[in-house]
Amino acid sequence: MSLADGRTRDLRLAGLHKQYPNGFAAVQSLDLEIPQGSFFALLGPSGCGKTTTLRMVAGLEVPTAGTIHIGDQDITHEKPYKRPVNTVFQNYALFPHLTIAENVEFGPRRRGEKDVSAQAKEILELTELTEQASKKPAQLSGGQQQRVALARALINRPEVLLLDEPLGALDLKLRRAMQIELKRIQEEVGLTFVHVTHDQEEAMTMADTVAVMNLGVIEQMGTPYELYTNPRTTFVANFLGRSNLIKGTVLGREGSGADAVVKVDMHGTVVTISAARVHTESSEGWVGIRPEKVLIQPEGTPIDAPGDHFSGAVVTGSSYIGVSTEYELLMPWGQEITCFEQNTGRRGGLVPVGTRVDVSWRPEFAFLLDSSQDAEAGIQET
Amino acid sequence: MTRLGHWIGKHLVLALGALVLLYMYIPNFIVALMSFNDASASRNLYSFQSFTWDNWLNPCEPLGMCESLRVSISIGLIATLVATVLGTLAAFALVRHRFEGRSTMNLLVFLPMATPEIVMGSSLLALFVAAGMGGRLGFGTILIAHILFCLSFVVVTVRSRLSGLDSNLEKAAMDLYANEWQTFWRVTFPLVFPGILAAALLSFSLSFDDFIITNLNSGQTVTFPMFVWGAAQRGVPMQVNVIGTVMFLAALAIVIIGEVGASRRRKLLASR
Repeated sequence: MSLADGRTRDLRLAGLHKQYPNGFAAVQSLDLEIPQGSFFALLGPSGCGKTTTLRMVAGLEVPTAGTIHIGDQDITHEKPYKRPVNTVFQNYALFPHLTIAENVEFGPRRRGEKDVSAQAKEILELTELTEQASKKPAQLSGGQQQRVALARALINRPEVLLLDEPLGALDLKLRRAMQIELKRIQEEVGLTFVHVTHDQEEAMTMADTVAVMNLGVIEQMGTPYELYTNPRTTFVANFLGRSNLIKGTVLGREGSGADAVVKVDMHGTVVTISAARVHTESSEGWVGIRPEKVLIQPEGTPIDAPGDHFSGAVVTGSSYIGVSTEYELLMPWGQEITCFEQNTGRRGGLVPVGTRVDVSWRPEFAFLLDSSQDAEAGIQET
Repeated sequence: MTRLGHWIGKHLVLALGALVLLYMYIPNFIVALMSFNDASASRNLYSFQSFTWDNWLNPCEPLGMCESLRVSISIGLIATLVATVLGTLAAFALVRHRFEGRSTMNLLVFLPMATPEIVMGSSLLALFVAAGMGGRLGFGTILIAHILFCLSFVVVTVRSRLSGLDSNLEKAAMDLYANEWQTFWRVTFPLVFPGILAAALLSFSLSFDDFIITNLNSGQTVTFPMFVWGAAQRGVPMQVNVIGTVMFLAALAIVIIGEVGASRRRKLLASR
């Protein structure tokens, strides 16, 4: 698979649609452009269509409509074994009757490559599997099997490597280690990685670009930083981290250009939100603020934030997590919001439950979402 | 609890197990023993007279026995081959394809196994006669009947193996540049093969063994079970015990080979 012509070999999905015979539309007119050499994550809850999308790129599912291109090459209806694409399957799908070396050599042998053994030796070294070469998959631990699946795909030097929840079966510690490992390998080999996961932390730590998927459509796409700080929908606001969403009425727009702000009346308090973070046209909206951006201070004591200010909140619950403390606050209008506070030691203890507190946040951290969206969308039950 | 009671309690299950095994294997021991019986001097064929190698040295002495054995083995091999191929294909169709009437077919495959042999045998005879084959009963009709009843067992055995197979393995093979043909021969077939082998062994022993259906549809042809049954009217020749012992040892050998292979695999697993 040569890249001799030097033109870009971006992966482009256009109007991709997949409807199953039972009528379920798993993916709905999806448009996506994944630059060559990038680490891209498709993030979403189970059943959101991310795996179906991946399988269509791999050629294991046929799209109902739309096209898939790598560079100028249309691979929409190409057989899976004719695509410069390889997959690391969710449960690895290692061939149980073949040794590790034979598993790894499977692809190159089918393509009629020469010096397959030497290539296998090299890739087994890269993935630290040399000693396991003559064993069968069932004799390996989960982490080792995962590396075999990776080696088996990487040896083919595909233009696009698809990873379907590749770390889902590993325990937390191993998963963290493999995340770093995968990222390192991706940077080393420079291939396009498309990583499907439901783990937002995994997507954010590894990927350059994350697309959040829900119910067959992409809700939002961007860098992890953009997605987290400026979510466009309630689903993204809740699925990536957590958000406090508070009902507000839009009063009007002030200023222009980068300084433009929107004034919102939130239960009697007027807050300002940067226009770049306003994602609604209607007069009602959800004011969103991340829990760690919420500052509290016992009533009457000075609060260290030149921001939007509320009084009359009561601490109704607190859980101490060591590095931080999570407070539940009952706001004067009867809504409970969450506040994460770093345990810097500044306070010299916790704020006791029942304390009346003042609440504040810097206006530049707030965002405004459309009130027609479900404020509970994307909240994960844990 | 006394020491004795404790000892009995500890070994009771083992002792019972040994007794059950003994119960199961006594007939085989008797057969093996009788294969060395010199019955020529006596009219009483069912008691051990004196030791001899004669039966083993001249196994084909009884008139027609080895011919019947040859017939049984040929029918067994052909029926196994045909039933295994057809049954495997049917199992693939049932597991891999969604089609109208699939669940009905799944049920219909089971039914012949539940049909009493005497019913199947007599209805096959009626069918052959109705088809104008009444005068030509023999090797061919036996073969058709054997393929028929072996088929269900093959389909069920291969189907269970196949439905336990992760379909992602085939997808992975296709993803790794294997075309449909290569995927089948390099991944699917090797993984389903143990099921196909088990089905073939089962088919052969079912075919070799069958008496009722065969007897009804055999015409002038005599299979080994029919020979033994006929001979039993006058007294079974001792050579039948030789054949019986050989068959038992062959089955034992297959089981031992299988077990040794499995335990070697287990050891490999344990040594990781």
